[in-house]
Amino acid sequence: MLVSLNWLQEYIDVSNYSPDELAEIITKTGIEVESVEPVAEDIKGVVVGYVKSCEQHPNADKLNLCQVDVGTETLQIVCGAPNVAQGQKVAVATPGAVLPGNFKIKKTKLRGEESHGMICSLQELGIDEKDVPKEFADGIFVFPEDVEVGANAVSLLNLDDLIIELGLTPNRSDAMSMAGVAYEVAAAIDGTYTLAKEQVESADEKASDYISVQVEDSEANPYYGAFVIKNIEVGPSPLWIRNRLTAAGVRPINNVVDITNYVLMEYGQPLHAFDYDRFGSSTIVTRRAEEGETMVTLDDQERKLKPEHLVITNGKEPHAIAGVMGGAESEVQDDTTTIILEAAYFSPAVVREASKDHGLRSESSTRFEKGVDPNRVERAGKRACELLQQYANGVVLDGVVAHDELDRSEKQVTVKTSIINDRLGTEITNDQMADIFRRLQFSYEQNGEEFVVSIPTRRGDITIFEDMLEEVARIYGYDNLPFTLPEGASQAGGLTLPQQLKRRVKAYFEGAGLHETITYSLTHKDKTALLVSPEVQEQAVSPVGLAMPMSEDHAYLRLSMLPELLESLSYNVARKQEDLAYYEVGTVFISEEQEVTKQPEEVLRASGAMTGKWTNHLWQQDKKAVDFFVVKGVVEGLSEQLGLSFSYEKAKLPSMHPGRTAVIRSAGKTVGFVGQVHPKVQKEFGLKETYVFDVNLEELFRQYEKEETFQAIPRHPSVSRDIALVVDENVTAGAIASTITEAGAPLVKDVQVFDVYQGEHLEEGKKSLAFRLLYMDPLRTLKDQEVEEAHNQILAAVKEQHEAELRG
Amino acid sequence: MKERLEQLKQEALQKVEQADSIQSLKDVRVEYLGKKGPITEVLRGMGKLSKEERPVIGQLANDVRENIAEAIETKQTALEDAALEKQLEEESIDVTLPARPVQVGGPHLLTSIVEEIEDLFIGMGFEIKEGPEVETDYYNFEALNLPKGHPARDMQDSFYVTEELLMRTHTSPVQARTMGAKNGSEPVKMICPGKVYRRDTDDATHSHQFTQIEGLLVDKHVRMSDLKGVLNAFAKQMFGAEREIRLRPSFFPFTEPSVEMDISCKVCGGEGCSVCKGTGWIEILGGGMVHPNVLEMAGYDSKEYSGFAFGMGPERIAMLKYGVDDIRHFYTNDIRFLEQYHKA
Repeated sequence: MLVSLNWLQEYIDVSNYSPDELAEIITKTGIEVESVEPVAEDIKGVVVGYVKSCEQHPNADKLNLCQVDVGTETLQIVCGAPNVAQGQKVAVATPGAVLPGNFKIKKTKLRGEESHGMICSLQELGIDEKDVPKEFADGIFVFPEDVEVGANAVSLLNLDDLIIELGLTPNRSDAMSMAGVAYEVAAAIDGTYTLAKEQVESADEKASDYISVQVEDSEANPYYGAFVIKNIEVGPSPLWIRNRLTAAGVRPINNVVDITNYVLMEYGQPLHAFDYDRFGSSTIVTRRAEEGETMVTLDDQERKLKPEHLVITNGKEPHAIAGVMGGAESEVQDDTTTIILEAAYFSPAVVREASKDHGLRSESSTRFEKGVDPNRVERAGKRACELLQQYANGVVLDGVVAHDELDRSEKQVTVKTSIINDRLGTEITNDQMADIFRRLQFSYEQNGEEFVVSIPTRRGDITIFEDMLEEVARIYGYDNLPFTLPEGASQAGGLTLPQQLKRRVKAYFEGAGLHETITYSLTHKDKTALLVSPEVQEQAVSPVGLAMPMSEDHAYLRLSMLPELLESLSYNVARKQEDLAYYEVGTVFISEEQEVTKQPEEVLRASGAMTGKWTNHLWQQDKKAVDFFVVKGVVEGLSEQLGLSFSYEKAKLPSMHPGRTAVIRSAGKTVGFVGQVHPKVQKEFGLKETYVFDVNLEELFRQYEKEETFQAIPRHPSVSRDIALVVDENVTAGAIASTITEAGAPLVKDVQVFDVYQGEHLEEGKKSLAFRLLYMDPLRTLKDQEVEEAHNQILAAVKEQHEAELRG
Repeated sequence: MKERLEQLKQEALQKVEQADSIQSLKDVRVEYLGKKGPITEVLRGMGKLSKEERPVIGQLANDVRENIAEAIETKQTALEDAALEKQLEEESIDVTLPARPVQVGGPHLLTSIVEEIEDLFIGMGFEIKEGPEVETDYYNFEALNLPKGHPARDMQDSFYVTEELLMRTHTSPVQARTMGAKNGSEPVKMICPGKVYRRDTDDATHSHQFTQIEGLLVDKHVRMSDLKGVLNAFAKQMFGAEREIRLRPSFFPFTEPSVEMDISCKVCGGEGCSVCKGTGWIEILGGGMVHPNVLEMAGYDSKEYSGFAFGMGPERIAMLKYGVDDIRHFYTNDIRFLEQYHKA
């Protein structure tokens, strides 16, 4: 809502406040002032001039040579505007004048002729192109004849006004009018304002002799009032109306349209004028549109109507979509003499539906959608009649022809001072309460601390106690509320175990050298098929898609964080940042339905992606690229953090390198995977060798058990023994290590691979694996013989299970 | 004999003094203290001495022996120290050469901010609650006083999955769920951080996915002044003790009265500058007293219970606190961006 300060000042005295002070007060009492801007910045030296003569420039076809009387002198001015003519009163920027943009006017020569200033267009004076009346859009502005030559054009055109822009919240539609703003400002500064009474002199002739009104759906249209005004002379409206419309951001058109728009801005009540002679009947029938019915609106568009829409008809054809837009056929034109002026109340829901369906949001529809003040509907009609009488020579016929089932009653809300204080933490007295209601102009009946407040119909947003609580609080001043802390029973705040573990896991990854990332949960459909952990793939029947995505890139819910993580790597690599170790902790969305009907399961997982060099110590020439075992190390560290023991099983997964991928199991469950991204997928993302992991944190957290006992630190020495085994190259180190652990139990405490060899000293298809075994008994020192026995058992077991031979 | 011993002692001490290596010192030891050395020889010849002389010479010979041994010991330590010093000198390195890098990662800036806020509220006795990102229309809107067809749903252009399911547009449904689980009788004191989604085109100031953190306190006799006190405590800890807060009336469907909270501008200290658009204040969060409809829908008697709620955007806070100029930075994960905030 744009509020002209000059206009506001006419309703309520705000001259004691600077514009900034006023803006601050309005903001703090309830409506945010978004800006305070001048209509046009820094204009000076523009006066009204009279064009005494206008001849063609001797040396230029498109220029005119004008002699312009500016009161003190007559200036020769070269003017290129096509509409300049002798006898006009125009805005002249005299030499020394300054126009917006710090454009200084100087005496100059144009094609050999002297020019002492400039005749201005409205645009040149800083008026927004869209607010300039059409007749002046392509040329200079021409004043009405009655302005005085030499007068200050800046104030005549209201260019010295300030515009306060209000950011209205949806509940404060009462401030979508100058009257509403004046009531609000009056409450805020404790000033006085009441909407003035309308003054209409009616003719003897009765409006009801010209028109009748029939309403079919009274719920959608509880009030429809028709005024009839005859002898209208359509022409430009007076300068002050045009100025105010311009200030409000509405383009002036002609007096009839301008007056309906002016009252819209003043009262917040949309009005519509039909050309009586073009309306086609003397009966107004408002009804729901018929399926398939069409009409052409003011903007010359053919509109298809639906039964949800309310239309104003002449008994046959629709002439307006109620509250949204009038019809082209009965539009007021230059030759219009008699008009029907509509002042109506249309149901907010009905108008919202129609404006949405037709994509038409206008100053009118937005006000109807929020609900207009029932007590201002008819008054707005009268106000328009008053102005039409004065500024369009209209003769207002007696009476308003109306269908009227409108509820104009004021709602009552009961407020107790003690409850207000209990909810606000204040010590407001009954007298202060009464004073707040007086400022708001809410009438009330007081009984001790109890106030039964009648809510004016302009404040449709107030219906319950809490609404009054806000009114009291904001007028009392949010600034004046004390600072207190809650007094209820205290509880120990804190993190739940999974929340603690989540933080610990993140800290671990970061300590391990990975950077946390956050990627989008919504991804491209193709990406939902990439890098999905096998247990997720098994459970998820179909990826979950949005009904109406904004773009294909963010149309489906992720089943894995990895594709977007690779996207992040790719973004960096493209910017020459090539050594990257990223992780993300977040949810994936699993639906077990083909056609989604219920919320997908959201599972917390951790994913990581690494590429480039892992260590790079330049001067020691020590470089190491990320490989499978680096990323496996990160995963292993995670298992240690959580006190779990992961096992790895070689696996072939789609979009993963078939020879360098393992699924991860923990406590018998598949919890994720680790490995190298398939080179084809790497290539799609523009990446070189890239390793990833993805684990189900939620499952790991379930498996986590807090250590709550003490294990004695062993006091007896351990014995370490090495063995080198020759096995078939397909036998995995993991399998042999398990056999060793099993066969060596309970003395073998640790098995480490310390050498892997395949080559010339071995038979083709064989490899050698060397293990270091740690034997220990926490309660005593082991004897050589015991170790020897266990060792032999182990050798027998690996031979039996893996055909492993001791390497000679 | 006495003279002989004195002479040997002088000789030996001189040789010890002159020894310049461990080896030559060893030679001195062998030469004088060895089994075939002169002192042993002297002692062997003691038989020839008189009964009176024997203990005197014996004592003297032992003293000489000890003196020499002591001198060797001292010299040995000195030589070893010198050798070690020499060796250490040779081992010296250029300590200004670059270190072998230890890979260190770090948290995302948004995580740092969210956890900082979480910890502040945990300190005030709040718990952390989480909820689904794909929400039902009921919890996302209806339970929050936004029935179907409510005009304020215009404000929340949302990503629907089905007619009844959507990507949550705020974390408020977690509040509705938490309250609903209390059967209208227990107090609630919670913070809910999380990802939220709106149908926006990504640009410098809009993101279709962003983060929210909301708080809720429901109990008997919760006052608006409590909201002011809690937010003030939060703002001073989060933004600095010198910052002032200001509450302004606002509108949210789920609170009444509603507030918007500004903090005084850090850049100009409230004087007005380009960062705060000349107002001296920066909008930081929205909140208010929980709307009675929301309480009633969750099963609370709104005459008996009251509460406050508030919500803020960590992206916005990060942008204000660190001057991040484009919201997309939070989601493109440029390493040069991530690394800047590891100490944040």
